[in-house]
Amino acid sequence: MFMRKLFSLNKFRILVLWTAAVLCAGFSWLFAGSLQSENGKIMASGEEKPGVLAIINVKIVPVVGPEINSGTIIVEKDRIKAVGSNLELPAGAKVIDGQGLTAYPGMIDGFSSLGLVEISGVAATVDNRETGRINPQVKAIEALKYDSMHIPIARSNGIVAAVVASSGGLISGQSTLVKLDGWTNREMVIKESLAMVVELPGIRGARRGFMGTGAGEAAVTTERALAELRELFNRSRMYEKRRLAAARNLLLPPPDFDETSHYLLPVVKGELPVIFSVHADKDIVQVIKFVQEEKVKAIFYQVEQGFKVAEEISRAGIPCIIGSLYDLPPVWEDGYDSLYINPGILNKAGVKIAFSSSSASAAKDLPYHAAKAVAFGLDRNEALKAVTIYPAEIFGVDKILGSLEPGKLANIVLADGDLLELGTRIHRVFIEGREVDLSNRYTELLDKFRKREQKR
Amino acid sequence: MRKNFLKTFLIPILSLIFLAPVNSLLAAGNLLIKNAIVMPVTAPPIYGADVLIINGIIKQIGPNLTPPPGTRVINASGKYLIPGIIDTHTHLGLSGTNEGTDAITPEVDMADVINPDDPAIFTALTGGVTMVHTMHGSANVIGGRNVVLKLKWGQPSEKMVVKEAWPTLKFALGENVKQSNRTLLPGRPQRYPATRMGANAIIRRELLRAREYMAAWERYEKLKNSKNPPRGLLPPKKDLRLETLADLLRGKLYARCHAYVATEMVEFLRLAREFGFKIAAFEHAWEAYKITDELLEAGVGISVFIDSWAYKMEAAEGIAYNAAYCTQRGILVSINSDSSERVRRLFNEAGKAVKYGLTPDEALKMITINAAKQLGVDHLVGSIEVGKQADLALFENHPMSAYTRCEMTIIEGDVYFDRQQILKEREEAAARKGGY
Repeated sequence: MFMRKLFSLNKFRILVLWTAAVLCAGFSWLFAGSLQSENGKIMASGEEKPGVLAIINVKIVPVVGPEINSGTIIVEKDRIKAVGSNLELPAGAKVIDGQGLTAYPGMIDGFSSLGLVEISGVAATVDNRETGRINPQVKAIEALKYDSMHIPIARSNGIVAAVVASSGGLISGQSTLVKLDGWTNREMVIKESLAMVVELPGIRGARRGFMGTGAGEAAVTTERALAELRELFNRSRMYEKRRLAAARNLLLPPPDFDETSHYLLPVVKGELPVIFSVHADKDIVQVIKFVQEEKVKAIFYQVEQGFKVAEEISRAGIPCIIGSLYDLPPVWEDGYDSLYINPGILNKAGVKIAFSSSSASAAKDLPYHAAKAVAFGLDRNEALKAVTIYPAEIFGVDKILGSLEPGKLANIVLADGDLLELGTRIHRVFIEGREVDLSNRYTELLDKFRKREQKR
Repeated sequence: MRKNFLKTFLIPILSLIFLAPVNSLLAAGNLLIKNAIVMPVTAPPIYGADVLIINGIIKQIGPNLTPPPGTRVINASGKYLIPGIIDTHTHLGLSGTNEGTDAITPEVDMADVINPDDPAIFTALTGGVTMVHTMHGSANVIGGRNVVLKLKWGQPSEKMVVKEAWPTLKFALGENVKQSNRTLLPGRPQRYPATRMGANAIIRRELLRAREYMAAWERYEKLKNSKNPPRGLLPPKKDLRLETLADLLRGKLYARCHAYVATEMVEFLRLAREFGFKIAAFEHAWEAYKITDELLEAGVGISVFIDSWAYKMEAAEGIAYNAAYCTQRGILVSINSDSSERVRRLFNEAGKAVKYGLTPDEALKMITINAAKQLGVDHLVGSIEVGKQADLALFENHPMSAYTRCEMTIIEGDVYFDRQQILKEREEAAARKGGY
């Protein structure tokens, strides 16, 4: 299961560079003149056509469709052109040899605070929690620190896109879906306003001491929280009615500007989905009824006791973003493994699930949450889908993200093993057809202090 | 009277006699684990070996062992048997963590506040953890004495304490002790020390006081034992605080020092040299990779997270390569949880080190034999060897794989966690209740 790794990443890089130098100096032609080596990468002969890329000799796990033991992926500009086993290389394509590597679609983190939280204990670097309880007007994209040190680390673990969301209060704000590459926050946008985030009360009777970092004892009941939401939604509908009436009839005065109602409009119109963080089984049932009555597009998040009402969630057709599995069961009676078995049971009941890191500094761990669920019953292929195609479907971006299929954005990860495995190293990552830098805070600091050792 | 005699003596004696055969059927501390992939940690894996445990001690490792009659047999075909996981830094099983009212409190002892009912003990067992170094917190510069426990869930605390382990004293440096992440209550003065300078100064001050205290006692003993002890000779005042520090200076106690940044570790190493005390390990040691030469020279190991970082300023340069790189440089590294949650997935945390440069075998050592060495119990536990105590964990897949699961946890030949048993009981309960 484990390849014995003789070379550390850095030594491997040095080796590659030396090999490249030797090849450049000694041989001008390789593979009977068809491929030329330059800078450690094998190039197709003739002039390189910008934006055309071919990854060859690579094991392909497209997630949608069958695996290919050794195949080729052809990329044109930002899109995947073709995936197959016996593809002809387009003239002028930059060729990348993927020997020994496996190509996966880049992973999507279903819920994170990437770019909003830098060092959680230093308030000046924390931007994910607005004061007050009702904040539909705040937008995660507008605070996103595009050069957060956590982004390159997540990226170098194969994560190419993430939901970035605020938290706290009852209505936490508008989450965003971003790719993990860009020179400004705006360059990263996939979906600027993805979903409104609503935090519902935690599980009553949850043991704080046992919980550790969990949601803890609820301050208010879910009934009350939902009643408050219903009132806000109705207010927003009335506000819209009055505004439209005033627009039609100049004799009617328009309503005073109401920020909350204004920003809730897309929600009550069913245009903007709501990510509800839900917890207790009984509360989940209530929330299902609420979203059906209010005709709100809902996505559930956390869903710790979902396994107890999996059929109900499945019937309602509400997808679930699983919260971090780095937590303890909220109540002892659920069993020590309740968080671990939850994704498998939901999946078996037909609920569409996606995993999340629910973090910034541990966003890179997204694949490990999925693997943990596999250890406790989730099917392996389903786990892989729950970090790729399922989140893409849940967020309505499966036309461009989530699998290695022609026409989709070329978000490709080349790994030296199973994508969800702890020891696997990610060798190369492409986001929208461009290879991204995998150096990060970890590698930079290691390189810096390794020099000290070499000097001595 | 007669009736009472019957009740108090006869019935227990009779039941002992009658129950004895039943007991011997499943004698405590006796176990045969059949056909496991045995990972001794100190030797290469053995595929398909039996491990025989008698009276809590590993008696034999090899193929097709025959147990004495009445020994429980566990079929472990295809499963991985590893030494029980040892967590070198937790606060579980305690009814208090921080005596943080004063910067210096070495007189407190965690052995006084063991809580054998802490559910975290069971939680840890579900992740294959058999032993923990449970510590005073990091609220103050010199905290208190720590204690090593075996997680014998359901037993009284006396049976959990590992007396053979090195006695250790908690030190802490940096942001926690200078209280930089704490909002000061109105009217409450800032506690000294509030800087890293102050933290070092206060340690030096206390150790100098301890030296004088030792000298005063020496003087007294000398006079007392002299030919003509002076009349009315009075002993110096007993000071439990200084007594503990004197033990540190006498080499009877080892320091375990919570430290993050390189500077504070370099300075603590200097303090140890200046006063001649022993450091068992640095805790957290996020910047150890910056000072590997100094750590190697001092022969001091580190007990660290694999990648839990950036939760405060001093953890902002904590790189996930730290454990792997320090191991490659020759430093003794263990991975700790410092959490009643993370403790149950410590094997996953160690497994991450493979990505950062270690082999799976090296990674596994960080939560077994390396941890045992840092606690001074590697002659008893930490590997699967004949003669060692049978603290073991059985895993479904390779313990360093993300897909693995702990199936069984054994301490001294007794099963303290058995997943299959729990599943069975859960099913029975569900049947009684009619489903969830």
